[in-house]
Amino acid sequence: MSDLLNELGGHIEAKRPDCVIGWDVTHGELNVDVAPSNIRGFVEFLKTDPTCKFSTLVDITAVDYPERPKRFDVVYHFLSMYQNHRIRLRVAIREDEMVPSIVSVHPSANWFEREVFDMFGILFAGHPDLRRILTDYGFRGFPLRKDFPTTGYTEVRYDEEQKRVVYEPVSLVQEYRQFDFMSPWEGAQYVLPGDEKTEEKA
Amino acid sequence: MDGSKGFEDALTGEQKIRNFNINFGPQHPAAHGVLRLVLELDGEIVERCDPHIGLLHRGTEKLMESRTYLQNLPYFDRLDYVAPMNQEHAWCLAIEKLTGVEVPRRGSLIRVLYSEIGRVLNHLLNVTTQAMDVGALTPPLWGFEEREKLMVFYERACGARLHSAYFRPGGVHQDLPPALIDDIETWAKEFPAKLQDIDDLLTENRIFKQRNADIGVVTEEEINEWGFSGVMVRGSGLAWDLRRAQPYECYDEFDFKIPVGKNGDCYDRYLCRMAEMRESVKIILQAIEKLRAPEGQGDVLARGKITPPKRGEMKTSMEALIHHFKLYTEGFHVPEGEVYCAVEAPKGEFGVYLVADGSNRPYRSKIRAPGYLHLQAMDHVAKGHQLADVAAIIGTMDVVFGEIDR
Repeated sequence: MSDLLNELGGHIEAKRPDCVIGWDVTHGELNVDVAPSNIRGFVEFLKTDPTCKFSTLVDITAVDYPERPKRFDVVYHFLSMYQNHRIRLRVAIREDEMVPSIVSVHPSANWFEREVFDMFGILFAGHPDLRRILTDYGFRGFPLRKDFPTTGYTEVRYDEEQKRVVYEPVSLVQEYRQFDFMSPWEGAQYVLPGDEKTEEKA
Repeated sequence: MDGSKGFEDALTGEQKIRNFNINFGPQHPAAHGVLRLVLELDGEIVERCDPHIGLLHRGTEKLMESRTYLQNLPYFDRLDYVAPMNQEHAWCLAIEKLTGVEVPRRGSLIRVLYSEIGRVLNHLLNVTTQAMDVGALTPPLWGFEEREKLMVFYERACGARLHSAYFRPGGVHQDLPPALIDDIETWAKEFPAKLQDIDDLLTENRIFKQRNADIGVVTEEEINEWGFSGVMVRGSGLAWDLRRAQPYECYDEFDFKIPVGKNGDCYDRYLCRMAEMRESVKIILQAIEKLRAPEGQGDVLARGKITPPKRGEMKTSMEALIHHFKLYTEGFHVPEGEVYCAVEAPKGEFGVYLVADGSNRPYRSKIRAPGYLHLQAMDHVAKGHQLADVAAIIGTMDVVFGEIDR
């Protein structure tokens, strides 16, 4: 399986050297890094090339790495039912960058791109209808970014006096607990209250 | 149209007709959950269909980022709550691929057995509620009786009827008692007769045929364009099944056929589902036989860092006790990397894209639900059909909002 994927990776790189930044086969899966500007043409190539024939779009998603200058990885998964293989494309983009939409090549990308926009705030250039999809009507913020709190900012309840559902800022009786599970000897640097001055002395 | 101008059209002989917009759902029994469709109708013909989803969005993917791998497992039961164990399977496979854990044979066989029970659960619900959507009331009553028996098998294996949390990374939670295996076998032998009853009731039924044949026809080109999977593909004559094409677990040693349709309409998909249930029963019987064979004996969990120690060991070994405590508080760490693992869930290809950063929590996990893509094509498939066919098309797409909205 891996040999075939290595062969396929080599074929793709040879055919489209301008698009492929790098490729590797890990865990028996073929990963290809692509430049954002070329993505539409590259996906079109993958769809039509007889050796690749990636006819089905399986998934589009994104991963947020806040510490990187190119903050997001937009990840595409394709499947070929004819050649029976899969591929993963990764496109690294900055927060202010736009990704060309691939709806014209794969109509099924429509909702996936809407979802990525909804969850990460990544804009897709040329998308016919870039609305929010999963979150509430009138929702603000991008929930799957790492800087968005898991609790969110607003909560809803039914108000008996106003006879309607009202939105309120989240109030937590107890702080949302996130354990880091790191060893106290090698993990995070905890600052003990009142202990800040010991370092200055030393 | 508002009538304030009187009957002007009677004088001029002209009428200004505009399309009619209606909301279908979110509280409609044929919407199979909380689906809101904004339909634009020209008379009774659907011109445009805009599904509004997300009414059951619970932020599963966000929640998963702050929980350990094991704590995340029960979230998968709550995705497609019609066949819970098939979802867990994808999650376990993803973790096992990253950690490189081999599932022992007995665990693997039990997984196949329960995946197929899940498939029957799902198809029974889908076929019979599809019949209800087009006007028949008896099939759901008969189908749910069988589903109830299968739920009892779920309960006897893991203690829960629905949210099982039975498949664990490294195998399954507990071994099956021999009596349960016997009872599943008895059921599997009786079930084809019950299926035949439903078959007799529906397959040649005039109303059922009129409502389903030639409705929602899907061609090979549309399958590729809209990313369909599962029965939506097989109904159109493509023998694509992940159990056969990219075998996972030990499906490659089972003997089963892949039923395919011919016309790609709702009726062919119904026939596919009925045939798939019969194939599933075959797999169930084979799995039972293999479970009883000497090679099928042994442990159900790959004992190691990602699974708990045996109860007996914990009574005598300090290390086992520490391991148990650390496993259920801190959880296990998964090496850095990214994988995509897919299983042939009853509804189609259910996949998990997992990005691990070496800690005890997933850095990012994306759940790829088959229903999401099927529902997306709703506008395309329903266009030009009658309003009443919308219910039949939703039924045949087999959508469950737990997995679409996540």
